[in-house]
Formats: sequence, structure tokens, C-alpha cells
Amino acid sequence: MALKMVKGSIDRMFDKNLQDLVRGIRNHKEDEAKYISQCIDEIKQELKQDNIAVKANAVCKLTYLQMLGYDISWAAFNIIEVMSASKFTFKRIGYLAASQCFHEGTDVIMLTTNQIRKDLSSPNQYDTGVALTGLSCFVTPDLARDLANDIMTLMSHTKPYIRKKAVLIMYKVFLKYPESLRPAFPRLKEKLEDPDPGVQSAAVNVICELARRNPKNYLSLAPLFFKLMTSSTNNWVLIKIIKLASILLFFGALTPLEPRLGKKLIEPLTNLIHSTSAMSLLYECVNTVIAVLISLSSGMPNHSASIQLCVQKLRILIEDSDQNLKYLGLLAMSKILKTHPKSVQSHKDLILQCLDDKDESIRLRALDLLYGMVSKKNLMEIVKKLMIHVDKAEGTTYRDELLTKIIDICSQSNYQYITNFEWYISILVELTRLEGTRHGHLIAAQMLDVAIRVKAIRKFAVSQMAMLLDNAHLIASNTQRNGICEVLYAAAWICGEFSEHLEEANQTLEAMLRPKVTTLPGHIQAVYVQNMVKLYASILQQKEQAGEKEAAQEITQLMIERLPQFVQSADLEVQERASCILQLIKYIQKLQAKEVPVAEEVIALFAGELNPVAPKAQKKVPVPEGLDLDAWINEPPSDSESEDEKPKTIFHEEEQRHSRHRQPEIDEEELARRREARKQEQANNPFYIKSSPSPQKRYQDTPGVEHIPVVQIDLSVPLKVPGMPMSDQYVKLEEERRHKQKLEKDKKKKKQKKEKRGKHHRHNSLHTESEEDIAPAHHVDIITEEMPENALPSDEDDKDPNDPYKALDIDLDKPLADSEKLPVQRHRNVETLKSPDSEVPLVEKKSKKPKKKEKKHKDKERDKGKKKEKEKK
Amino acid sequence: MIKFFLMVNKQGQTRLSRYYEHVEINKRTVLEAEVIKNCLSRSKDECSFVEYKDFKLVYRQYAALFIVVGIDQTENEMAVYELIHNFVEVLDKYFSRVVSETLNLLQNVFSLSKL
Repeated sequence: MALKMVKGSIDRMFDKNLQDLVRGIRNHKEDEAKYISQCIDEIKQELKQDNIAVKANAVCKLTYLQMLGYDISWAAFNIIEVMSASKFTFKRIGYLAASQCFHEGTDVIMLTTNQIRKDLSSPNQYDTGVALTGLSCFVTPDLARDLANDIMTLMSHTKPYIRKKAVLIMYKVFLKYPESLRPAFPRLKEKLEDPDPGVQSAAVNVICELARRNPKNYLSLAPLFFKLMTSSTNNWVLIKIIKLASILLFFGALTPLEPRLGKKLIEPLTNLIHSTSAMSLLYECVNTVIAVLISLSSGMPNHSASIQLCVQKLRILIEDSDQNLKYLGLLAMSKILKTHPKSVQSHKDLILQCLDDKDESIRLRALDLLYGMVSKKNLMEIVKKLMIHVDKAEGTTYRDELLTKIIDICSQSNYQYITNFEWYISILVELTRLEGTRHGHLIAAQMLDVAIRVKAIRKFAVSQMAMLLDNAHLIASNTQRNGICEVLYAAAWICGEFSEHLEEANQTLEAMLRPKVTTLPGHIQAVYVQNMVKLYASILQQKEQAGEKEAAQEITQLMIERLPQFVQSADLEVQERASCILQLIKYIQKLQAKEVPVAEEVIALFAGELNPVAPKAQKKVPVPEGLDLDAWINEPPSDSESEDEKPKTIFHEEEQRHSRHRQPEIDEEELARRREARKQEQANNPFYIKSSPSPQKRYQDTPGVEHIPVVQIDLSVPLKVPGMPMSDQYVKLEEERRHKQKLEKDKKKKKQKKEKRGKHHRHNSLHTESEEDIAPAHHVDIITEEMPENALPSDEDDKDPNDPYKALDIDLDKPLADSEKLPVQRHRNVETLKSPDSEVPLVEKKSKKPKKKEKKHKDKERDKGKKKEKEKK
Repeated sequence: MIKFFLMVNKQGQTRLSRYYEHVEINKRTVLEAEVIKNCLSRSKDECSFVEYKDFKLVYRQYAALFIVVGIDQTENEMAVYELIHNFVEVLDKYFSRVVSETLNLLQNVFSLSKL
């Protein structure tokens, strides 16, 4: 026995502590994993020892290893043991490990409840402190419910150290156990006026976070915060208060509850802006002023001074040489942009300059701003500038970002700002020349979109796509997913669908049948195959109408020769389509041999226009009358069989499970009644946002061709690459076109002016063109997307049912009802226990530490007992 | 909301990591590697705010050590930037014998009145 102890202590001398471990890892750079697994084995040995100091050391090392990325959840029970050490330094290690690795899925967490409660009521403030800090990282709904009362009392502890932590952890408790919010709220309010600034700041933080999600419940606190804002001198607290003010304001704008709040705030905020030297505070104030002005923007002319002040300050920030300030300035500008675009547009030059900055974050911010600042006039020059950047930014993720941004800018609000779609398509084609991009599908989607929606542009689009298909060998070399070869997808589809616009249909068909096509990804090949047939059909029709029977038969023969390479494809879709089509064409060949005209029927295969479908169309398909989706299709198996098969319960306290009741069959009348009730409710609820019913397709085929103004193309300068469009020419063309338009309009205006005299025409006679004056070269014809018939207009599927913040949407102004008091743990008496077993220990307050295995067993039984009690309740 | 707090050295090794939201262990290392790559590739005159996926990184370099804080969109970036400096100053005052001398030098560079 004595020898064992000596041996034990000698072993302990060779234990590594944390420093040794770190040093060891640094020394074993090559075989780090092996060394660490060795260390973990040692740690496992140490954890088996009885000595708490040894265990604490082991857990300490484990925490470090966890930080490096090794999983330590197997040691959860040991961590709990260390947490229950009496010495503070060991306890601290245990709690740290717990906060790093426990989460809601850890099943031993329930064993900690008692330990944490003991620590919370400990006379040593550091024990309490460490328990509070650790708990905040792994609090679960059960823990929250059990400990909420204790933490609430701690909020009024004598020591500010504890009060601070208690206030902060209440936020986590609220999230997990929302019923605790109402009882705890009065105390939280008190803490706002706590003499200690740390506690005050903590309270401000908690309310700030709560208000962020449910601002309407905290509007009553607004005057209190106003007072705090004017009296506080601590910058950190001020930042939070001002942030909170902006949240409340933002909400206050939606309801007419506190309109005066905004006006009152502007004064102190502007004072702060002028007086503070702290950049962070300045930034926060500017943000809030913007929020105020957004909320007051309806009809408040004298606040333009404040907007000017803000914009001025932001300009100073952006011009500053410190990159951080530039970034912040741009960020705040983009917020102003949403509501006051005019005040920002005057600084366009500055922002375009920022685009050339070498700092990527700043460029991204500037790009974002551009998004809001494009107009019909400047879209082309901005995109031109961006294209130059794209060329420069070879091989970076920034280029991808640019690409997405260009497309976003151009396509926003249904292509509102594009006046010449030919230009846009040429831009898209130029973008296809980029290598290594991951946004091929985006470009492809755009091409498809434009080709479908703008009918006037189809001819041009088709010619460009045909050229792309011809040069497919350049693009097909990059076959990664979402690579640029996706563009071929769009190209093939467009050529097939709008094949009537193709000039050299034969050539395009041959381009699609080349053997190199089989190296493309499967989904692209499938599109190729399908569209080949469409092309073939239109060629067939052409030839038959022209009476060229041999040419028709030649084409058929060509198809039959080349299709088998697709039939052998590994991709299922391609194989299926190709074999179907091969059979069809062989049949056509037979008919052709008999000199039967087949073209009409083949064309009929592809009759009808394909229009874009709304993304939510599938969900909106109305359930037809008489269909009950909840009714059983087959009767479920009866429960009596499953009960017979249940094995005899080993623990006789396990309750018999009640057989689940079958869902009552809801008949149709009930459904209809419920639907009516729901609609009533929605109509009465002022907060329910109803969207307008989807309009029918009002945009019929516009007489688009006549509306296009005739543009003169200057052919004296030969185009650089035959067939490849240069987007620059469109810029020039556009300017010429607009100039002509302007001249015409001026003539009209002069006539109007002569007719009407003596009236105010100052606004009309300004020569600065407003947006609406520029008539686009091509109209977007199809703006609305298809929806199923009788689709319901409302949109109910955006809300996440598991959102924890939704549960916190509680009205705090009503007085507390009796039922809402927090549950307090009481002693469990023997008489109240109804369960047959009395092995469950009575009182939980015994703080003796039995041997750990016994404790574990008792804990488990105790918890089982608790669970049973709850079930009975 | 602060999502995480990292201290990383120039070679990319994590010296300290603290997550305020539960993130799976294997995802943590991946996250850290990417974040570090982003921050190390930036030069001295670029701003300290990096946009990464759906949150922002605010980082500061102190000699061979990078301190990176991940925040979401609602947080004031400048305030977090100052917070990092505050943290370093506290560490410096508390563990003055442990923190390297270079940090003391830097304290003069980043003057205290900047807050």
C-alpha cells in the first residue's frame, strides 16, 4: 500500500503540465499528431487517478488540445468532476473546459445543475463568478429553467462583480427560457440606474440585444435611455445607448407611438458629433442620425441640414487617409443612399475614385454604393470601368465578386436601367472570355433571361450564341462545375428555341454535333441534344418549303450518323434523350424515303412559347376542391400488435406508453370553416402584410419592332474581330441616340412653351435630363412570371418556426400574474412521493462528496425521479 | 454580436480561440484556417475590416501576433477595433512580465488617447 503511494507520487512527478505540453508540441513540429495522441493517452491515464489536482491538470491540457481542434467530448464526465472541486483554481479549469466543449447535445449537462446551484450560492464571490461565466456558454433550456430564480436573486447581490455577470447571463437565460423574461424584467430595469458603471453597461447591453429583436416592447424605456444618453460620459456605454436609440427609432417610425423621440434625439446627437473625438462614437452617432432621418423623412424639410451635416462628415471620413475611416464612411454612405439618393449622388466622383483603391474591402464597399447609384445615364460608363477592373484583377476572388456585381447592377429591378440590350448581351459575351470563374451559370442565366424577356433582341442574341457555339472549343476546355462552359448551356438553348432567327442553321447544327461536345458536363450535353432536334425541325421545315428534298434527307442522315455518340454517353439524361430522338429520326427517315412531308408534324412537337415561371409557383399550386391532404391513404397498422411484442420492462417504474390516438379525420366542412376563420383573422390583424394579387399578364406582344428608333451604325471603322461585338461601340451609339432624342424633345418643348405662356416652366426647361426622358432602345416585354391558376397571393412561408427571438416577443408592460412566478426548487418530502420506489435520496442539499461512481448513480436516479414527477404534473 | 475571438501568430497557428456560439470542432479548424489566410494576405495600409461570408472580421496586428474578432452586421466595427486594443492593454498591464517587450513598444505607437 505504501509502495503504491510512493509509486503514485513518483509517477506524478513526471506528469506534464500545460506549459510542458505546449513546449512539447512546439518541439515536435513534424510528428505533431503522433505526439499529441501520445499526450492524450497520458491524459487518459491521469484522469483515472483519484487526485483532483492531477485531474485538473489533465483537463487543463485537454482544453488546450480542444482549442487546437481535437475533440474532447469523451472527457465530459471528468470535466464535471473537476468542476466540483473545492479549490477555486481547479474549479476554474473545470468551468473553462465546460464552456469550451459543452453544448446543448451534451447529455451529462444535467449532472451539473446541482453543482452550479451550489456555486451560485457560495460565499466566495469568485466561485459564483466563475460559475456564471461558464454557465453562459452552455446553458440549456433545462438549466435555464432550474437556475433562473437563483440568477435573478444574484442580480441584486452586494458585489458589483457578481451583479454584472448575473445581468449578462440573464440574456442567455431569456433566450433559452423565455418565460423568465417577464419576472426578471423589473430588476433589469433597476440595474439601468445602478451606481456601478459596469453593471449599468451590462444592463444597457442586455436590453439593447433584446430590443433588437422585439423593439415594440421596449419603447416605454425610451425616456430613460434619453436621460442616460445625455448624462453618461463613458464612451462604450454611449455607443450602446445610441445604438439602442436607433433600433427603437427604426421601429418607432413604423408605428405612430413615439414620433417625438426622433426630433428630440437629433439635438444631442448633433452635439455629440461635433464634440467627440472618438471615431467609433462619431460613426455610431452618424448611423443613428441616419436612422432618425429615415424615420422622419416624410415631409421634414428642415432636416436636410442634418443630412447635409452627415454627408459632409462622411465625406471627410472617406477622404481621410486612414483606411479604416474610409471603410466606415463608405459603409454609412450606403445606408443614406437608400433614402436620400440625391444627396449622395453628388459625391459620385469620390466613390468612383475609391473603386481604384488598392484595398479590397474598400473596393467592395464602393461597388455596393455603385449598385444604388446607377442611373440610365451612367450605367454604361460605370460598367465599362468595371470591365477594366475585371481585366486587371486576374485570378482573384475579387474578380468573381466584380462579375456578380456587374450582373446585379445591370439586372436590378427588371433591367430598369438598361437602355440598349444589345450592349448588355455583348457585355455578357465579353464576360465569357474570363477564365476560371465560378459564375458561369450566372452569365448563362442572364443570357437566357434577356433572350426570353426581350423579344426585340432575339435575333441579335441568337447570332451571338451561334458564334459562341462555333467557338465552343475555346470554352469547353474548362469543364469544372459552374465554370464558364455553362454558357454553352444557354447558347444551345437559345439557338434551339429561337432557331427561326438563325441565319446559318446548318452550320450551327454541325457545330452542335461535333465529337468534342461529348467532353462537356452531362447537363449541358442534354440541352445540346434536345435543342439539336429543335434546330433540325426548323431546318427540315425550311428545306421542305423550299422543295430541297435531298438536302432534307442529307440532314437526317447527318443526325443519324452523329447521334450514336450521345447514346453511348455515361450520363443518364443524355443517353435517354439521344436514344429517343434517334428512334424518332430513323422513323422520319423512313417517311422521307416514302416522300411524305413530315416537317409540319415535327415542328408541331415544339409548338408554343416557354415563358419564365415564378420561383414560388410550385408552392402556390392551389389544392383542388375535394382533395384532403391529411386523410390517410392506407390505414396505418393497428397498435395492438405492437403492444404484444413489447418486451417485459426491466425497471418496473417505467410507465406504460399510451397508444397514440389516431388523428381525427378532419372533414371538408371543418377545413372550409378554418380557412374562413383564418382569412378573418388576417383581415383583422393590422400587422399582417397582404401582398397584392399577382397581376395577369398585361404585357402582350408589344408592337416592339416599330418602337425601336432607327440607329445608324458607323461602318467606316472596321470592327476589330469579325463577328465579335465590342461594347464600346454601343456606348457611342447610345450617346448619339440620346442626343437625337434630346433634340426632338427640345423642339417639342419649345412648341409647348410658345403655346402656354406665363406659367411656371422652370422645372421643365432645365436641360438636365431626368431619368424618364431617356427612352430605352428595347423594351423588356415579359416582366411578370407565370403562376398557376388561382394561386393564393399571400406569402406565409418566410417565418422560421424555431426562431428563439420570436418566443421573446412578450409584452412587458402588463403587471406580473401569479402564474408567471419563476419555479423555485423546493425540498422534496417523502410523503409527496407517490412512486413505489423509495431509493431516490431525499434532500439534495447534502454537500458531502461520496465516491464518484455512487454520486453518478445517485444523480442519475435523482434525475429520473425528477423527470417522473414532472410527467405526473 | 461578437461571434468569435482569435489570437493567431504569423505562421498561422492559433494561440487562443474563444467561440461565443457553438461551432463543430472540425469546422472550427477550417474556419480558423480561412480567416487567418484572409488576414495574413492583407498589407499594412489596407483597412482592418474584412468581409468574410456573412460576417465581418476585425483584426489588428501586434508584432507577430494577429488578433481577429468575428462580428455580425449589427455591430459597430470601430468600437470592436478599439475593444481589441483595450484588451491588449489590459493583458499588458496584468501579465506585464509575460507579454513580450515589443508590445510595450507598440503601446507608444498606438497612443492611449486614440480611444
